[in-house]
Amino acid sequence: MAFNPPYAITLDAGSSLANKTGSWRTEQPLYLDRLPPCNVSCPAGENIQAWLGLTQEGRYREAWEEIVINNPLPAIHGRVCYHPCEDSCNRTSLEQPVNIHAIERFLGDLALQEGWPLPTPAEASGKHILVIGGGPGGLSAAYHLRQLGHEVTLMDAKPAAGGMLRYGIPAYRLPRDILDAEIERIQRSGVHIKVDTSIDNLANTLHDNRYDATFLAVGAHVGRHIDLKTDQSVPLTDAVDFLNGMESSPSSPSLGNRVVVYGGGNTAIDVARTAVRLGAEQVTIVYRRTQEKMPAHAFEIEEALEEGVELRALRTITAITDGKLQLETMELDADGWPQPSGGSETLAADSLVYALGQTVNAALLQGYPQIEVAADGTISVDERMMTAAEGLFAGGDMVPADRTITTAVGHGKKAARHIHHYLNDQQLQPRAKHETAEFDLLNTWYYPEEPMRSQPLLEMQQRTTTFNEVLDGLGELSSKLEAQRCMSCGNCFECDNCYAVCPDNAITKLGRGNRFAIDYDYCKGCGLCVEECPCGAMKMVPEIG
Amino acid sequence: MTTSTVEFHQTGDLTAGNRLQDEQQASRQSTQQRFNSLTAGHRACQGCGEALGARFAIDKVMELTGDRAFVVNATGCLEVFTTPFPESSWNVPWLHSLFGNAPAVATGVAAALRAQGKSDIRVVAQGGDGSTVDIGFGALSGMFERNDDVLYFCYDNEAYMNTGVQRSGATPPMARTATTPIAGANPGNPFGQGKNMPLIAMAHGIPYVATATISHLRDLEAKVAKAMEIRGARYIHIHVPCPLGWGSEPADTVKLARLAAESGLFPLFEAEHGEVTDSSKIRRQVPVEEYLKLQRRYAHLFGKSADAEGIAAIQKIADTNIRRFKLLREEE
Ligand SMILES: Cc1ncc(C[n+]2csc(CCOP(=O)(O)OP(=O)(O)O)c2C)c(N)n1
Ligand code: SF4
Ligand code: SF4
Ligand code: SF4
Ligand SMILES: [Mg+2]
Repeated sequence: MAFNPPYAITLDAGSSLANKTGSWRTEQPLYLDRLPPCNVSCPAGENIQAWLGLTQEGRYREAWEEIVINNPLPAIHGRVCYHPCEDSCNRTSLEQPVNIHAIERFLGDLALQEGWPLPTPAEASGKHILVIGGGPGGLSAAYHLRQLGHEVTLMDAKPAAGGMLRYGIPAYRLPRDILDAEIERIQRSGVHIKVDTSIDNLANTLHDNRYDATFLAVGAHVGRHIDLKTDQSVPLTDAVDFLNGMESSPSSPSLGNRVVVYGGGNTAIDVARTAVRLGAEQVTIVYRRTQEKMPAHAFEIEEALEEGVELRALRTITAITDGKLQLETMELDADGWPQPSGGSETLAADSLVYALGQTVNAALLQGYPQIEVAADGTISVDERMMTAAEGLFAGGDMVPADRTITTAVGHGKKAARHIHHYLNDQQLQPRAKHETAEFDLLNTWYYPEEPMRSQPLLEMQQRTTTFNEVLDGLGELSSKLEAQRCMSCGNCFECDNCYAVCPDNAITKLGRGNRFAIDYDYCKGCGLCVEECPCGAMKMVPEIG
Repeated sequence: MTTSTVEFHQTGDLTAGNRLQDEQQASRQSTQQRFNSLTAGHRACQGCGEALGARFAIDKVMELTGDRAFVVNATGCLEVFTTPFPESSWNVPWLHSLFGNAPAVATGVAAALRAQGKSDIRVVAQGGDGSTVDIGFGALSGMFERNDDVLYFCYDNEAYMNTGVQRSGATPPMARTATTPIAGANPGNPFGQGKNMPLIAMAHGIPYVATATISHLRDLEAKVAKAMEIRGARYIHIHVPCPLGWGSEPADTVKLARLAAESGLFPLFEAEHGEVTDSSKIRRQVPVEEYLKLQRRYAHLFGKSADAEGIAAIQKIADTNIRRFKLLREEE
């Protein structure tokens, strides 16, 4: 019978759903989570993006709790971590990085203000672990081991815990009430802290007391010296001793009116700026290469120069005579190394401070012949942070790595996890790493231009005469808005773009917090969703089967 | 047009939504309640801009009318890919008659509803650029002149796509189509021909005329909302890239719409009673090459036989638009 359609046809609404256009597809979209570069470069292994995301929503307590999963010292890190996260932040390629450390500081300070406690430790394991050294590495290890349910005793040779945080970093960068409060909070989580307890021979200590494992992080606090021809007319000291003295007996150190600091690292800057605050009239940093090549961070050099510190770059000190330093001028060779350029000059000084790097005093390891000590005092550890001695783990500045407080905190965490597995006769299995969310995976059209909010600086008169904190914090609203500059690289932040741009309605929105689902019955594989995802949380893969 | 003045929310109003934003501030398309007036199973090509534009527009109409709207569709891809017998992808009352008569049919539907006293049911008509600019032009002009209570959407993919990419009055200069091949001294569509339909609509003095594009979703929805506040003849011209006809990647459909707007080739503006009232400012200006080079219909402008003069002539069109519609933000 011939098909005789009527003049007008009525078709049922939505009846095209019978037509499964998914069969057209040759590639299919997928949701995935990629590692944001900030997280990748945080030495403490913080999930920065996650806590920025919570901060964006005003969920500050949860944000802080997310930080302390990995790092128990947010208020400290928000101040003195050199934030490698910001150096790798994808937003830098747009205008400036997210001011991650300022937000971390805001959360850290809020937690102290509100008295938020650290998480309750796991049930008691019956194991007892000794941590030697109360610097960032030791504190971090102690905290994480305590979280895992172990009894932890932390010993430190100094009258107070903190290590370099206290005896190396000046108060104008890290106020002591903040330092004390974050250490106290670790103590309150159940870590026994014994100060004024120095260990001269570890093997003896461990022989006399039974511990199930030991974590060693005594740092590197022996100042490096050089041989200099001197007629003793200018007193010499080193940065470590000087900064230590500032903390132990603040009234004693005096460097005189004309202070010269030799070296180009952050410690040299700390000494110079401290000298300014002590009233020195002329503070000069002598460095053998150029300002650009100084290992100190550019912003700290800037701040020191603002405070009146003078920089004599491309100079070495060759001798001390008649109250004067003899300087030789340098130029950089093709490889960027300084070579004498033939000139010389003198510089009158009341004192000279060496800030030429630090080495480790590993004398307490004398009872462990199997542990090799390198020329600079560092000892090596395996991928579990264990030394050649069974059950003895080590980290922080005393093992070869970047010498930063955040690296030390990372070591402490890593060692704690491995110690935990070691005590349970297990190996910690490395987790498969997600791929990194590189800048070119982002569709930056969707991020409005928004400059970084920076922290206000203390007024200059106070900066040069007091040890008051130089940088102020960001307030609540600024922190929240600054957090919203985070682009959520590599992880869905629920912008609904994929859902909106699918011409085939093949994406279902599952509601807040539940993300989205793809209906492969209808997805034609056009790739629009992937292309218009701002943050690179999707990708196309060849159709399987 | 300025759609909202939200406090900074990571993506401002650039994305469809954002978990940091109230749903009221976000686009209709970002909500779970959106109508899906044009649903799945349709036979549009992968990455079809027209399917997207139509869903954006009609969903907004359905939201604003409380689901009481009537859609009249001209012949063209949008009609063919949604209603091959015996299926329909439409979830709305929908009527198709002929290629050139959609405006007249919509006028009739509006008159019938008026006669029945059903003033709450609103009438919308829609068609491609061919049916709007060329073959239905007379009917549309009449609808404008009579100020019939119809909102007309033109989905402009810049050629007669459904029948195999023939040139229309909306095809841009130098574009290759089946009827403007790459041959002779002036390859592709000639300069100086064609019609600017939004300006022609404005010349009728109707209450509301706007241009919109699928890359600027909130702007598009805001214009539909504005149009729906008004009674009488209204016209919205929506730019909808076509991967098949333009020779572009399906994944680039929204990007192309964005580049057309950001280069100035497709100006976004609004007009009331014949006067331009507002235009959307360019955010990240790009040269026209950025837009042209992603499309094979302009392939003859690039590569071995690169045509710098041709590109410059197209750039001139963009520059003229930028001046004419004040597309650049004024320096503060
Ligand atoms: C009177 C008449 N002439 C020609 C056709 C054939 N025809 C069907 S669709 C179409 C092209 C439609 O082009 P356009 O309006 O731009 O819509 P598009 O397919 O590009 O979306 C043509 C020429 C027809 N259906 N009726
Ligand atoms: S934008 Fe956010 S997620 Fe991306 S690198 Fe910066 S802080 Fe990390
Ligand atoms: S936009 Fe839709 S059809 Fe295209 S790939 Fe994504 S889910 Fe599939
Ligand atoms: S487009 Fe938006 S909603 Fe979709 S996956 Fe990407 S971030 Fe998430
Ligand atoms: Mg067309």
